[in-house]
Amino acid sequence: MDNLISVKGLHKHFGNLVAVDGIDLKVQKGEVLGFLGPNGAGKSTTMKMITGFLAPTAGSVAVCQHDVANDPIAAKTRIGYLPEGAPAYGEMTPTSFLDFVADIRGLVGRGKTDAIRKAVEKINLESVMHQPIETLSKGFKRRVGLAQAILHDPQVLILDEPTDGLDPNQKHEVRTLIKEMAPEKAIVISTHILEEVNAVCSRAVIISKGRLLFSGTPAEFAAHSRYHNAVTMSVASGIAASIEKTLAVLPDVSNVESTEIDAELTRVTAIPKDNKPIVENIQNCIQQHNWKVDELFVEPGRLDEVFRTMTMEAESIGEEART
Amino acid sequence: MSRTLIILKRELSAYFATPVAYVFIVIFLLLTGVFTFHIGELYERNQADLEPFFRFHPWLYMLLIPAISMRLWSEERKAGTLELLMTLPISLVEAVIGKFLAAWCFTAIALALTFPVWVTINYLGDPDNTVILAGYLGSLLLAGGCLAIGSFISALTKNQVIAFVISFVICFAFNLSGFPLVLDMFSSWAPQAIVDVISSFSFLTHFESILKGVVDIRDIIFFGSLIAFFLYANVLAIEAKKGS
Repeated sequence: MDNLISVKGLHKHFGNLVAVDGIDLKVQKGEVLGFLGPNGAGKSTTMKMITGFLAPTAGSVAVCQHDVANDPIAAKTRIGYLPEGAPAYGEMTPTSFLDFVADIRGLVGRGKTDAIRKAVEKINLESVMHQPIETLSKGFKRRVGLAQAILHDPQVLILDEPTDGLDPNQKHEVRTLIKEMAPEKAIVISTHILEEVNAVCSRAVIISKGRLLFSGTPAEFAAHSRYHNAVTMSVASGIAASIEKTLAVLPDVSNVESTEIDAELTRVTAIPKDNKPIVENIQNCIQQHNWKVDELFVEPGRLDEVFRTMTMEAESIGEEART
Repeated sequence: MSRTLIILKRELSAYFATPVAYVFIVIFLLLTGVFTFHIGELYERNQADLEPFFRFHPWLYMLLIPAISMRLWSEERKAGTLELLMTLPISLVEAVIGKFLAAWCFTAIALALTFPVWVTINYLGDPDNTVILAGYLGSLLLAGGCLAIGSFISALTKNQVIAFVISFVICFAFNLSGFPLVLDMFSSWAPQAIVDVISSFSFLTHFESILKGVVDIRDIIFFGSLIAFFLYANVLAIEAKKGS
């Protein structure tokens, strides 16, 4: 079996607060699973239970077939974990910090030197190896945390907001790194950045109020958007109004939205009924009326919109249940 | 290298990576000097022993040990490094013992640096060095007891100031528990057996008997079981508090 992470019926209560309310998950080798969800949804708490930091109120977690509760050391040996905020000992330098983690991980001699060198090269830490971690920038602190997590080349990587606080170039580097490592590992990342799901994840789950609302590929996720298969075109602002009217009456078009980009250009979006493909109809229409169109594309769906709809629905259901 | 030793090594170097270690050692040596020579009147007594040196250690430790122990766990919890530490392949017991031993080694270093006092007394007279050795052993055990208490308290709060103050008060109470000040609070209502138990917890009584050069196994057991008890409580406290 290639199921490297298997989570069954996971619950976590803090007093009266239900942080995680029945989560089931399986992550296989080669998968990059993205945890999405609003703040306080239970993403970090779930990760803390997978990595054995918190004990679940109910349910179980197995990492590489080792139960995290009964055999914590065996499970933890196989996990690399970047906790939220990338905590590290501030007075240590990356050199001494990575050396410490390597010692605890049981790396010795040549293997240890190689492991540290490889991690430092992958994460581009060379330039700050001898500065106290507390004096490093947010981006470098995060990278020290990442280096620590991949040091022992673990089968399972759990990364809580790995790109938070990084600049766009660093984000790109980290995403590339994750993709490079993906074939050999099971990786779970949490993120607020929805584009990251498309960029690195092979599967996404949405967590809200401690429950799984959705699980699927990024494309399936986008397909939940009412913009899925919508057609957007840029046209001269002068003719935008008449185009809107014409498109609105086409069969399978539910409604038309437009946004003015500047005085000359307006972007018109035709939203289909039930996500039906409408691009052909619209192309015909454009030819018939001989409109001059600057750009035209079919939308895969808007992730932020799906995210909002799903999580807001969950919240309103939650509130109804409470009243 | 065992994982406890790895933790010990990291913790000990953490003391010396910040000014904490140097400030502590300087203050400790300064205060032992003041107590020994001015208040204890080592010279004026005209006796070749270190009783005036050791006699004040319980009171010094009560103040200084909480300054060492306060950061042990509250800093880990506050900085979030506890989560990192507890998700590495290491057991909580190993971590608790490793951190405690690091703090204990550190106080042993500070204590060892008082050797000029020992040199002085050997230069001036002809002391019984086995009694002095027993004094150092007793002092180390006492420091260990205070550290275990401080480590446990540090696990209960993320605030180092609170950890310091509460550890100070508890060490103070252990020092005083053979004195009427503490015993009178209990003797009016508690049965005599309980009052006896409380008075037997006195650091001073156990420490002073070691100072006389009589290393009684019961005194060693007392400090040993005190340390074991508070370290066990420390493990439970981290288990209970780590999520918050």
